[in-house]
Amino acid sequence: MSKQWPLWEIFIRGQHGLNHRHVGSLHAPDADTAIKHARDVYTRRNEGVSIWAVEAQHIAASSPSEKGPLYEPSESKVYRHPTFFDIPDDVGAM
Amino acid sequence: MSALFEFCLRMGDNTLVLGHRVSEWCGHAPVLEEDIALANTALDLIGQTQMWLGLAADVEGQGRSADDLAFLRDAWDFRNLLLVEQPNGDFGVTMMRQFLFDAWHLGQLETLIDSADDRVSAIAQKAIKEVTYHFDRSSGLVIGLGDGSDESHARMQTALDLLWPFAGEGFEADATDLELAGAGIAPNPAGLRAAFDARVEQVLQRATLSLPESRFAHRGGRTGARHSEHLGHMLATMQVLQRSYPGATW
Repeated sequence: MSKQWPLWEIFIRGQHGLNHRHVGSLHAPDADTAIKHARDVYTRRNEGVSIWAVEAQHIAASSPSEKGPLYEPSESKVYRHPTFFDIPDDVGAM
Repeated sequence: MSALFEFCLRMGDNTLVLGHRVSEWCGHAPVLEEDIALANTALDLIGQTQMWLGLAADVEGQGRSADDLAFLRDAWDFRNLLLVEQPNGDFGVTMMRQFLFDAWHLGQLETLIDSADDRVSAIAQKAIKEVTYHFDRSSGLVIGLGDGSDESHARMQTALDLLWPFAGEGFEADATDLELAGAGIAPNPAGLRAAFDARVEQVLQRATLSLPESRFAHRGGRTGARHSEHLGHMLATMQVLQRSYPGATW
């Protein structure tokens, strides 16, 4: 049996931001402790007002080897960017 | 010596001595996350020391600063509880010492928030947020390690048996305490015991640890009558720079 604590991914919502952002990872024996560790490791300089901790094994991730079929097809579809419209001048900044 | 000065020394010396003890772990903790957490705790306590010894210096009015009080007094002038000067031991002893101190500290600060002295009340209001977290953290670790593996349980029970005789000193009242209690500045320590016992027993039960039956309490720290041999050694390290190079700044 491994004596290593599981890995947790930490997400922090900053004072002025709207979204939780991934800030790093740490080890902890359980969720409560992961939050405490995140508080101690990642919010020492007033970085956040909210913490999410997710055990890394519960994150589903795409595989780098599937890069071709997953992402390359969209490279040739420039028409998906809304850059082909003529915007009247009096609309102002969009 | 005024009672308020004495009281500020007692508060500030507790946080100074424990803060220094905890800082001794820096770079040595079992895992990186606990290392940072211990350093944060130490810094919180040193920050509180600046406030308490700063107020002590103001109250004394002899031109001494908080730094003078921290670095230029010898062991017999310190007024901290014997509990906080005890050596770190293993991580279990360190966390048990922290837990017993936090449980006392939290009860003390809860009362000091309503102090008749605004300066005391202001310090308590600032410190209690940090100490609430300290207690939460040390409780969690005492439960996790106490109700953990056979080895961690045994170490935590050993730590509790070792430190319990130092837990009672914080509830003994002397003339200073009675004078301050009469003035509404600080509580009579004896009145804090019941809440402390409830707090501690609740955690120890979840930690599957047994409280020693003896209520024997070592005393002499908070009155300065008799510190343990450990304080002098700690101060020798903590004060060496100001003793060797008086007035050095950087």
